[in-house]
Amino acid sequence: MEVKLKIRRYDPESTDMVAHYQEFALQMDDAATVLDGLIQIREQVDGTLSLRCSCRAAICGSCAMKINGEAGLACNTKIIDVMPINGSPITIEPAGNMPVIKDLIVDFQSFWTKIKAVEPWLQPESKQPVAEYIAPEEDMIHLAGVVSCILCGACVSDCTVMEVDENFLGPAALAKAYRFTRDPRDASDDKRLSVLNEYGGVWDCTRCMKCVEVCPKGVDPMSRIMMLRERVMENGHNNTNGARHANAFFDSVKHSGWLDELKLPIKSFGIFNIKAMLGLIPLGIRAQLAGKRPPIFHKSIPGAKNVRKIFEKVENK
Amino acid sequence: MKYAFYPGCVSRGACPELYTATIEVCSILGIELDEKSLEGASCTGAGVLQEKNQRLGDTLNARTFAMAEASGLPLMTICSTCQGVMAQANERLLSDSDYLESINEDLLEEGLQYKGTIEPKHLLWVIAEDLGIEFLKSKIVRKLPGWKLAPFYGCYIVRPSKALGLDVNPDRKQALEQVIEAVGAEVVDFPGKTLCCGFPLLTINPKNSINMVANHTLDAKDRGADAMVTPCPLCHLNLDGYQPKASSVSNREIDLPIIHLPQLIGLALGIEPQKMRLNKHIVSTKKLLSELAVSP
Repeated sequence: MEVKLKIRRYDPESTDMVAHYQEFALQMDDAATVLDGLIQIREQVDGTLSLRCSCRAAICGSCAMKINGEAGLACNTKIIDVMPINGSPITIEPAGNMPVIKDLIVDFQSFWTKIKAVEPWLQPESKQPVAEYIAPEEDMIHLAGVVSCILCGACVSDCTVMEVDENFLGPAALAKAYRFTRDPRDASDDKRLSVLNEYGGVWDCTRCMKCVEVCPKGVDPMSRIMMLRERVMENGHNNTNGARHANAFFDSVKHSGWLDELKLPIKSFGIFNIKAMLGLIPLGIRAQLAGKRPPIFHKSIPGAKNVRKIFEKVENK
Repeated sequence: MKYAFYPGCVSRGACPELYTATIEVCSILGIELDEKSLEGASCTGAGVLQEKNQRLGDTLNARTFAMAEASGLPLMTICSTCQGVMAQANERLLSDSDYLESINEDLLEEGLQYKGTIEPKHLLWVIAEDLGIEFLKSKIVRKLPGWKLAPFYGCYIVRPSKALGLDVNPDRKQALEQVIEAVGAEVVDFPGKTLCCGFPLLTINPKNSINMVANHTLDAKDRGADAMVTPCPLCHLNLDGYQPKASSVSNREIDLPIIHLPQLIGLALGIEPQKMRLNKHIVSTKKLLSELAVSP
């Protein structure tokens, strides 16, 4: 089949140093992957095309890049699956949220710094056992999904929070952190959860599910972050806007069956947070003038007591 | 066509214009809304309740599905977040019969049982799939004056794609563009259309949230958009309500009206703008609507 690839090129050593797109037309087998196409270009058309790749089997995690705007591994993306129907070329760009070194190669320095920041190693309390550590099978099965991470950076590439905030630990590091908080051999949960509760940690995820969608290994980073939020709150860290927001939401649905939008921001920021309360005033005035202020007297839904009963039943499980 | 209508919290709270526009539009399109069957249905949990207790969220959604099943009607929502959260809950409930059975035990006291036959459907999909774009086109009576509109799906109506059936119904990825074109406007495509509006971070990290608003609205505007259209009331709340702040943070005038999906359709169906509360937005729609030759 005839394939057109439009590749974002950038060479810091060239004379113009301006990133640009270059189109290549190739003849490829129906079973070919995007990586096959890129290697064919490098070997037969333009030896200066730079990319990382190694195993060609979705194991090493080297070839994460943006394919038609969304991160994925070039080696396990078949060309035929991503060819636009209208005949336009497949767009290939370097992974996002990391600086480009050359063409499709990005600098993973910040990625590794964040992975290291969550101390991704076992920190057991007791003395080292004489033989191996024994962990219950069910605990390890639970972790099977998250230990499948191959550190390819696809989730980081497309994380919508990292796009606006380089301080955010990001999906890969947080999923890694989850893996250690749930490892029965690790004994530093209190320390880990307290760090994860800080700015840049679990509460800064915006729940956009981009990481879930682009992860080539089913690690499901966002769900791990949500489970970490639950653990952080259970561990007594309830004094953040995020925890207050979750608790206020929970109480609102429990008592009225639906959301009290007026009280939610007030409770999330904390009523005694004078600066935040003053900050809400301009929006409050604009909403009032536009007739968009939620009702002051929040009425319960019909049969709210049945909802409350369900809360009680499930909470006691 | 008749649906058990699930309006969600926001269209009954901070976005009354969405509710009103939906009622008006559905009446013209012949979509009959049964508001009684689900009047006792709770909030979906919006993903926030699930942070504390996912099983609880799944139980509440199973309860809503059971109510819809009892009515014998398909379930329609007008909120992308409700759509996404319900679809995710449904996927968990339907993929594990033991789980569904144990959830049903907690519904028994109220006489409800979820059999697993509900597929929650957003108004956008009801229009694109159940009614059909051609039918929508046949109802159009007012031509929109060359508007350039940027679609904004947000997250919960496109991800996770499997739970939302995007693999089985790939047209859902283009449904908003199809509607925009059907009503005679031009689509302004931009990469941010399926990214996060920032709403979930609003109370947690307002700076990041507002930067997201600025990035998306400015990108759409720079590409020539006259307004943005969204099927999600939460995206609307952030992109509309926090646009003045985003404008001051980015030091640029934005002034991009954020239109709810049914408001756009309603204009093409000839409904008066004020009937759909288009005059009740934070970012004024006055300039945009002046081209329609009717004042908002």
